[in-house]
Amino acid sequence: MTHAAQSAASMSAVCVEGGFADPVIEAQVAFRALMDAMARPGSLCDLPGSLAPPAPLPEGLAAIALTLCDPDTPVWLASVYDTPEVRGWLAFHCACPLVVEPAQSAFAFAPAGAECPPLTAFNSGTQEYPDRSTTLLLAVEALTGGAPLHLEGPGIRSRETLAAVGLPEGFVAERAENRALFPRGGDLLLVAGLKVCALPRTTRVTAASAGMSTDEGAE
Amino acid sequence: MTGQAQDIAGGMAAYNFAYLDEQTKRMIRRAILKGIAIPGYQVPFASREMPMPYGWGTGGVQVTASIIGRDDTLKVIDQGADDTTNAVSIRAFFQKVADVAVTTRTREASVIQTRHRIPEEPLTASQVLVYQVPIPEPLRFLEPRETETRKMHALEEYGLMHVKLYEDIARHGHIATTYAYPVLVDDRYVMDPSPTPKFDNPKMDMCEALQLFGAGREKRIYAIPPYTRVVSLDFEDHPFEVQRFEEPCALCAARDVYLDEVILDDKGGRMFVCSDTDHCEERRAAGHRGHLAAEEAYATTEAAQ
Amino acid sequence: MYVAVKGGEAAIANAHRLLGDRRRGNRDLPSITLDQLVGQLSLAVDRVMAEASLYAPHLAALAVKQARGDMIEAIFLLRAYRTTLPRFGASLPVETGEMVAERRVSATFKDLPGGQVLGPTFDYTHRLLDPELAGDGEVDAALVSETDGDPLMRVTDILAHEDIIESSRGAAGDTPLPEEPSGDLTREPLEFPMQRDQRLQALARGDEGFLLSLGYSTQRGYGRTHPFVGEIRMGEVEVELDVPELGFAVSLGTIKVTECQMVTQFAGSAKAPPQFTRGYGLVFGQSERKAMSMALVDRALRADEFGEDRLAPAQDEEFVISHSDNVQATGFVEHLKLPHYVDFQAELDLVRRMRGEFEAREAADLETDNASREAAE
Repeated sequence: MTHAAQSAASMSAVCVEGGFADPVIEAQVAFRALMDAMARPGSLCDLPGSLAPPAPLPEGLAAIALTLCDPDTPVWLASVYDTPEVRGWLAFHCACPLVVEPAQSAFAFAPAGAECPPLTAFNSGTQEYPDRSTTLLLAVEALTGGAPLHLEGPGIRSRETLAAVGLPEGFVAERAENRALFPRGGDLLLVAGLKVCALPRTTRVTAASAGMSTDEGAE
Repeated sequence: MTGQAQDIAGGMAAYNFAYLDEQTKRMIRRAILKGIAIPGYQVPFASREMPMPYGWGTGGVQVTASIIGRDDTLKVIDQGADDTTNAVSIRAFFQKVADVAVTTRTREASVIQTRHRIPEEPLTASQVLVYQVPIPEPLRFLEPRETETRKMHALEEYGLMHVKLYEDIARHGHIATTYAYPVLVDDRYVMDPSPTPKFDNPKMDMCEALQLFGAGREKRIYAIPPYTRVVSLDFEDHPFEVQRFEEPCALCAARDVYLDEVILDDKGGRMFVCSDTDHCEERRAAGHRGHLAAEEAYATTEAAQ
Repeated sequence: MYVAVKGGEAAIANAHRLLGDRRRGNRDLPSITLDQLVGQLSLAVDRVMAEASLYAPHLAALAVKQARGDMIEAIFLLRAYRTTLPRFGASLPVETGEMVAERRVSATFKDLPGGQVLGPTFDYTHRLLDPELAGDGEVDAALVSETDGDPLMRVTDILAHEDIIESSRGAAGDTPLPEEPSGDLTREPLEFPMQRDQRLQALARGDEGFLLSLGYSTQRGYGRTHPFVGEIRMGEVEVELDVPELGFAVSLGTIKVTECQMVTQFAGSAKAPPQFTRGYGLVFGQSERKAMSMALVDRALRADEFGEDRLAPAQDEEFVISHSDNVQATGFVEHLKLPHYVDFQAELDLVRRMRGEFEAREAADLETDNASREAAE
């Protein structure tokens, strides 16, 4: 076997393997985690963990891709994830088209930080069809142990606290701008390991120290 | 069997878990997530042909089929009762295609599919309520065109609805809408709560459970997340009020529940009993007795079955 | 009093058993075979395939048998099966110009290359019940003349050569080209206003009776389009699938279709010159009535393209498309037989209350009348 053929063979093994062991059941379990997360912003939900996606695609993002993405959902990848192995793996398991423009995507995968374009680069839907927006999947370091943020809105009884580590700078202001677009706007899934936390467009995010006055200002 | 018949029997493959194929489930799941993110907004989806007729719960069935898993316990009610024929049929469908545990007990269920009622017992955070919806568009009877009603929602232009309700008051002294009574969700979208009696509307407000709505024929999915403000439309001088029954349930003596009127004879004899059959049974098991709940009456009913 | 609804499970099982018994009928008679249905009730089988959007004669025959001959029920059965089928890909557009036509007639030209081919038609039969058919008498074999096998020229192409008919891409030029993907309303959410490709798909699946009546209404002045049957052709066409791995299209076999091209006069508008315009109908199997009705309604629905006023029901896209699907329609109409007693109870309460208030008002008015009369006396 030539070197090229060998690497092609290992490449295709990387692409073919590492999916859900039981796709029907695990996709359902993963979806229920996402549905719970979206219905209760700020709560941390568990994704099933039998995946072995090619690096550098985080396992949690991979689980969501396999649960929600398919030929009907254009996907945008941050450049750090945009490797031949990840492309091949997504092509084999999801068959999702990959797009260059963030605004054309139904789902966007990015690590928090400089790799991720500002929210305005994504699609926030139209006033008639606010559902035609990009859902951003953002990998963060951790979902606990960071500076606390207060969350309010549908799905939250009174107030929820999120203390994720590694959120991008200006996060609170960006979510407030997004909130102001309602019903347009982007929904956000924060992922660390196999934990997922959702911040739909309805959630009002404030810095815990800022107090109520900023909170109202964000409205 | 002829060769042709054998071919046909052999060629018809087995169905997927919960009937729908995975691509359909993904499409519906994405719509559900959008619905939760935009409370009260009707998300268009490519509704599939189901093996039961349109108008008989195909929307609710598609939603349930897309969320249900092996650990779920399903309850199906129609008119509040677990034993109405269509509820029986839908429950049997999921037992067959998903081999899922079923119950009639509200509190034991993790997924409850309903037509026309919300259970009397308050729902909890570990439950999902799935509504079957015939006409999801609350403005449809005022404006039959989808292109127009979509604009009205986009512009938050709900004046027509208020005019309609106010005309009712002017003409009849009442708002003459008793079921499918429109609500405002999270102060933005006017939403049809499905044809539940307006008696149930207050239960939707700040409900602990996630509420999902599926309209198969009209191809729409929408949602109310838990702890979301759901306000029935009204006017300051004509506040929203629900129907009150003068007598308690004849079997379990419950008050402040929705009752069915049961005709006993052709001379005007009638009794009122709980519409929520599980609620009634639980109360009777706990020792509550209505005025027609004599032990003998039970014996006869049981025997008749 | 719960007896009526309790035991629903047993009642349903018993009802379905009775249905099975009635469907089978007299056990002394042989059960009807699918081959008999496909061969002898072929137009029923064709209609089921057309409105279920699934070309599968024996499955359609099974649906007809299972539905006891109820066409809409059979269409429903086949559609519910179709939903579960995996999609391997989209075939190339069928080339009806290459059709091996069993029938081809034109009302616009007396004669044309290839001639008028009547084929197996009810046209010009005298509708007299035939006692011979009650038995199993001998039937004469068909006399089929050998054709040269050359494809028959399309009538619309003759007009196109003279440039007096609109392009087949429509006045707006937005009908997808053969190589462009077309919409699929069984996979994508419906959105109004629709593109013509999706609209034609909806019409092809639409109820024959509904489209017939709508088409008829345009002839009677509700959205008149001055139609002529440019051509009707019925026969076998080849279905091909592009296989990227092979680099060429492979043939999957042939299907029978009926195509109708209506040619309608158009006096011209600010945007377009006077010319003939098209209404198009294409259905699985042999169904001229459906193809013609579809073509009439297609043309009526294109009113906006030609700057025509939309005044008639047949020109109203939302009205036509939202109500043309008989499986949806029958489901929702028939759902009224499901229990609605919870809502009825709410209405009962309201009507009783309003009735009470009405009677109280009447009584009060009567009293005031009496009082004033007494005062006057």
